[in-house]
Amino acid sequence: MNDLKRLRTKSISEWEEIRTPGEPVIYIGMASCGIAAGAKKVKSAIKESLDKYNINARLIEVGCIGTCYLEPIVDISANGLPRLSFGNVDEKRADFIIRKLLVDKDLSKTKPLGHLGPESSNGIPHLFEQSMLKPQVRIVTKNCGLIDPGNINHYLANDGYLGISRALEMKPSEVIEEITKAGLRGRGGAGFPTGKKWKTCRNAKSDIKYLICNADEGDPGAFMNRLLIESDPHALLEGMLIAAYAIGASQAYIYIRAEYPLAIVRLKKALEQAKDAGLLGNNILGSGFSLSIKIKEGAGAFVCGEETSLIHSIEGKRGMPRTRPPYPAESGLYQKPTVINNVETLGTAPHILRNGAEWYRQFGVEGNFGTKTFSLVGKIRRSGLIEVPLGTPLRKIIYDIGGGTLKPFKAVQTGGPSGGCIPAELLDTPVTYETLSSIGSIMGSGGLIVMDEDTCVVDIARYFLDFIQKESCGKCTPCRVGTRHMVEMLEKICTGNATPDILDKLESMAKLVQATSLCGLGQTAPNPVLTTLRYFRPEYIEHVKDYYCSALVCSKLIEFSVIKEKCTGCQRCVSVCPTGAITGPRSEPHNLDTSKCIKCRACYEVCRFDAIAGNAIIITSRKE
Amino acid sequence: MKNQESLFAETLIKEPAEEGSLIPLLQKAQEQDGYISADKVGQIADYLSMTESEVYGVASFYSQFRFTPPGEHSISVCLGTACHVNGGEALLDTIGRDMDVSPGESTADGKFDLNRVACLGCCALAPVVKIDDEIHSKVNIIKLNELLSRYE
Repeated sequence: MNDLKRLRTKSISEWEEIRTPGEPVIYIGMASCGIAAGAKKVKSAIKESLDKYNINARLIEVGCIGTCYLEPIVDISANGLPRLSFGNVDEKRADFIIRKLLVDKDLSKTKPLGHLGPESSNGIPHLFEQSMLKPQVRIVTKNCGLIDPGNINHYLANDGYLGISRALEMKPSEVIEEITKAGLRGRGGAGFPTGKKWKTCRNAKSDIKYLICNADEGDPGAFMNRLLIESDPHALLEGMLIAAYAIGASQAYIYIRAEYPLAIVRLKKALEQAKDAGLLGNNILGSGFSLSIKIKEGAGAFVCGEETSLIHSIEGKRGMPRTRPPYPAESGLYQKPTVINNVETLGTAPHILRNGAEWYRQFGVEGNFGTKTFSLVGKIRRSGLIEVPLGTPLRKIIYDIGGGTLKPFKAVQTGGPSGGCIPAELLDTPVTYETLSSIGSIMGSGGLIVMDEDTCVVDIARYFLDFIQKESCGKCTPCRVGTRHMVEMLEKICTGNATPDILDKLESMAKLVQATSLCGLGQTAPNPVLTTLRYFRPEYIEHVKDYYCSALVCSKLIEFSVIKEKCTGCQRCVSVCPTGAITGPRSEPHNLDTSKCIKCRACYEVCRFDAIAGNAIIITSRKE
Repeated sequence: MKNQESLFAETLIKEPAEEGSLIPLLQKAQEQDGYISADKVGQIADYLSMTESEVYGVASFYSQFRFTPPGEHSISVCLGTACHVNGGEALLDTIGRDMDVSPGESTADGKFDLNRVACLGCCALAPVVKIDDEIHSKVNIIKLNELLSRYE
C-alpha cells in the first residue's frame, strides 16, 4: 500500500502543477466525437498561433465532457485565472481566443462557457452551471473531459486506484457485500444485481474463474462505453481489479468492438501504464492478488452483447447464444465460472469502494440506486452524453438537460433496437428499470433517441426490425424467420402495399417472437413494433388506409414539387439531381418531372441549405 | 524483402494454436491484405487444425470481415439510429447511385469501396460518414459531394 501512497504523492504534485501553472495550459477535447468535429485541425491551429505569438504553453489532450453539441471544446488556464472552457472552437476562433487570452490578456468577446476553478472570477459562472450540465450528477463521468486519459497520474491524482486499495484491505466477501448494499445493478441494460452475480461466481467451485468486461456497445445510437473508455480508461481498469478480486479471477478480458479504434488505443496505453505502476500483473500493491487483462476485439455482431454469445466469440466460435441455465457465473468461458459486466457497471465500482455503499444510495430511488449515463441524441437541441440519478423523469432529461426539440416532440426511444418508443404523454415517467419495462420499453444500455414530427414512427420500427433481422444469428426459428416476416410486413406498410388487416397480423407475430425466442435479442426485438403500435396506431392506420405519411419520410408515399412563386431559378437543384428530373433555364422557375424523380432528397437539401431562395422545393404526402 | 506469406507465417506463430486465436488471426489477415483471401483461410485452417469451411463459417458470421479486395479508399456510411433519423440512408443511396456501387463492394475502377456501418458512436454529430480513418460529422449531400471531390 505504501507503493500507492508514493505514486499518489507524485501524481498529486504533477496535477497541482498544471492547475496552478507558470505557463499557460491548453486542454483540447480529443475523443472520437471531438476529432470528428475537427479537434485535430484545431490543435494544429493552436500550435500555429502559439508559434506566431511566440508563447510557450503546455498542450494536453483530454476526453469528452459530454456536451458534444459544443464540440470542439478547448479549455485554457492562464493569467492566474481558473481553467476556462470554450465551445465550438474552430481554427479561426482558436486563434482569436489565444490572441485575446494569452497576448492581450483580455477576456472580452471570447465567450467562455464557464470556469472549472474553485471560485468564480470576472463574473464567469462555473462550467457546471451550464443548462446541460447543471441537473446532472457525475460519478462515472467525473473525470471525463477534465483529465488526460493517456496519463495515469491524472487519474491517480483524482482519487484513482483508492477504490482497489480499499478493496484489498477487505475480504472479497466484504467487497461483494459493499456492492450489494449499494444496490448497484447491471448498467448494460438488464439491471441484474451486480453483487448477486459476483457472489454466485465467488461461491462456484473452480480452480479458474474469469472476468469479462462487455464493451461491445452494439446498440446503434449509443456511445456511453466509447466515451468512458476514451476519456477515463483507468476507471474501467480499477473497476475490473475490484471485480476480479471479489470473484477470485486472475484472468480478465475486455471484449470491445473494433469500430472503436481510439478507445482500443487508449485502453492499451492504460494497461501498459497500470502494469508499469504495479497496479496490474503479479502481486498487486503487495497484496498477493494478481490479475492480467487481455483485450479481445469484437468482429461486429450485435448479438455478441448477449453474455453467452460473447463467450462463444472469445472462444473463437460464431457468436451464437445458448440456453441458460447454467448461467455464466456458474459455467461460462471455457466452462469456468465467469462474470460479465458492462463498462459502466465496472466503472461505478471504484466510486462505491472509495465512498461507501451508504454514499452511493443517496442517489437514485429505492431499488434503483445511483446514476446512469445516457447518450442523448436525435432531434434534440443539446445532444451529448449525460449522467443522471436513476428515477429522473424523461421530461427533465429531454427538456432541462437536452433543451427540447426544434420541431414539436413526437417520441423518445430508450434501449435501442430492444427498446420502445415512448410518447409525449408518458414523459413524466421516472427512468428506472421497472417503470420503463412497465410501459413496454427497457432501460437498455442508455441510448436515448429523440424524435420530432419529422420522424416517421413506422419507418423507425422498420429500421430497428431491419437491423435486428440482419443481426439475428439464425439459431432459433422465431427470431430468424419471425423478424424477417415482421420486416416484410413493415416494408409493405411503408411502401403503401398493405391493407389495414396487416396491423393485427404484425402484432400477433411480434408477440410470438417475443414469447418464443431463445435469447434477449429475439425476445426484445418486437418492442419497437409493439410500442409504436400501442402509442402511435393512428400513424400506422394513415399508412395503410390513406397511404399517407405525415412525417413525409416514407419515400413511396411522398412527392416532391417546386413552388414556382418561390423558385429563383438558381439551378443548384438541377446540378444535384441525379436523374435529370429537374429542368429549367437559369433565373426562371424550374420544373420537376415526378415520373423521373427517385425521391433522393438531394434537391430538397440543397434548396433548404444552399439555394438562394430556400424552401422552394417541398415534400407532400397525398391522402388517397 | 519478406513476401506477404512469410510475413503472415510470423504473425501466426505469435498466437497460440488454439480455437480462441481464430478471430484475432482473421483480424490480422484482414489488416494485412484489406480482406480475407482464400489463401489466408487455408493458412489459418492449417495452423489451427481446423477445416477451411469451419474457418469460413466463423469469418462469414461477423460483419467485420470482407472477402473481396477493398478499394483504394474506404467509405463507411453510419446507419446508427441517430444517423438514420438525420438522413444517413439518403447519403448511402446517393453514393451508391453516383458511384454505381453496392454496399460491401468496390467501384469498378477500384478507387472506392462502400460500406454500411451499424454505429460509429459519434451520434451527437449525426449523420456521420467515415472516409478511410477520418470521421466527418453532420454530413449532408452538399458536404458529401465536396468531401468526395477531394479524391478525384
